Amino acid sequence: MDAADPMLPRRYRVIRATPEIAGVATVELAPLDGPAVPFAPGQFNMLYAFGVGEIPVSISGDPARPERLIHTTRDVGRASGAIVALKEGDMLGIRGPFGSSWPIAAAKGRHALFVAGGLGLAPLRPAIYHVLNNRADYAGLTIVYGARSPEELLYAEEIGRWKSRLDTEIEVTVDHARPGWTGRVGVVTTALPRALAGTDPATIEAFVCGPEIMMRFTLQALAAAGVPAERSWISMERSMKCAIGFCGHCQFGGDFVCKDGPVFRHDAVADRIAVKEF
Amino acid sequence: MEVRRFDQILAEHPLFQSFDAATIALFAGCAKHEHFRKGERIYSEGTPADRFYIVTHGDVALQLATPEREPLITETVHAGEMFGWSWMIAPFRHSNDAVALNEVRAISLDGKCLRGKCDASPALGYTMFQHWVPHLLTRMQSLRLQVLDLYGVKA
Repeated sequence: MDAADPMLPRRYRVIRATPEIAGVATVELAPLDGPAVPFAPGQFNMLYAFGVGEIPVSISGDPARPERLIHTTRDVGRASGAIVALKEGDMLGIRGPFGSSWPIAAAKGRHALFVAGGLGLAPLRPAIYHVLNNRADYAGLTIVYGARSPEELLYAEEIGRWKSRLDTEIEVTVDHARPGWTGRVGVVTTALPRALAGTDPATIEAFVCGPEIMMRFTLQALAAAGVPAERSWISMERSMKCAIGFCGHCQFGGDFVCKDGPVFRHDAVADRIAVKEF
Repeated sequence: MEVRRFDQILAEHPLFQSFDAATIALFAGCAKHEHFRKGERIYSEGTPADRFYIVTHGDVALQLATPEREPLITETVHAGEMFGWSWMIAPFRHSNDAVALNEVRAISLDGKCLRGKCDASPALGYTMFQHWVPHLLTRMQSLRLQVLDLYGVKA
């Protein structure tokens, strides 16, 4: 096989399949056609469920351990459903990694703020791992995570471990809850003031991922708090097919999300993210 | 230990600090300290909204009763935040239940008394309107995002 051909999938074996929240599963994969492929936080792969279809999925594992390729997928259709249903020993085709990445290494010395909504935590997790692996390089680490309900918190156990670290600030909020939940209830933007209290907004490098409406309002809240637009980054999602900027399915104004994104600096897309035609 | 006066506390609060000293003094005259135990109901849906609260310590759940099920928490309020806004809007009845999630200390203000003062001095009412409606709009926008079910499959 020609490993240089970006349109040709490589074979991976599922070495672990973990159910997460309802309809969501994480697979850990090992390469069958050569060595592990390094990736940068925020990049995505095209996952091919043989005989069913191919979809783009962000990489959600540790970039320092590319031999453990990890993807978290939600079942929203035939191809994603087939990937969520994978079991240990099953095979998957993978093309990638593709796209731009969170500029987390360039944010060295700054206060890393991650704002995630729902499954948006998965594309941010590699960047969070990078900061945790190199914590002394960053002035601060704050994670703000919003989900629909306590039952739909992704990576809940891991969040618990992050919370126990003395060098990490975490605010978790859910949209609604039943009695017994002692955490915050409210949309993710309401958790930002407390998360940012005592931090000079000029020192913040913000990385935001979630549904587009959530990102739009989060960016507004960050701007109101004084975080400069050139220090805020988002990850866009569009219908990516070829992943190399040829087919045009994911065109977003003058950019292709697969090639020029998915990670964009806020000020580079600010005039487009509220335009419904895009 | 220094005991701080209500006017000092209110003057530093983000929702009060832009009022002039005379208005702060007026608010302070309507204020009192409150303490609620974990699980204690601060007010119930449908009851007269004659007081409103600033949490100084602890967390409060704002929740809706759901028939034959546990109540649904729609919002939590934390130290430094204000709740009980129904005192401002007719028919002046609470639109949810407020329950202390842990030991809560709060400052409560007599909204009924303030309504009377606003009736006597519409300028005071307009000042409060100018100061607090932007906050209420932000809060409404947040609640709107919540009901959009952003994190659902179709979002």
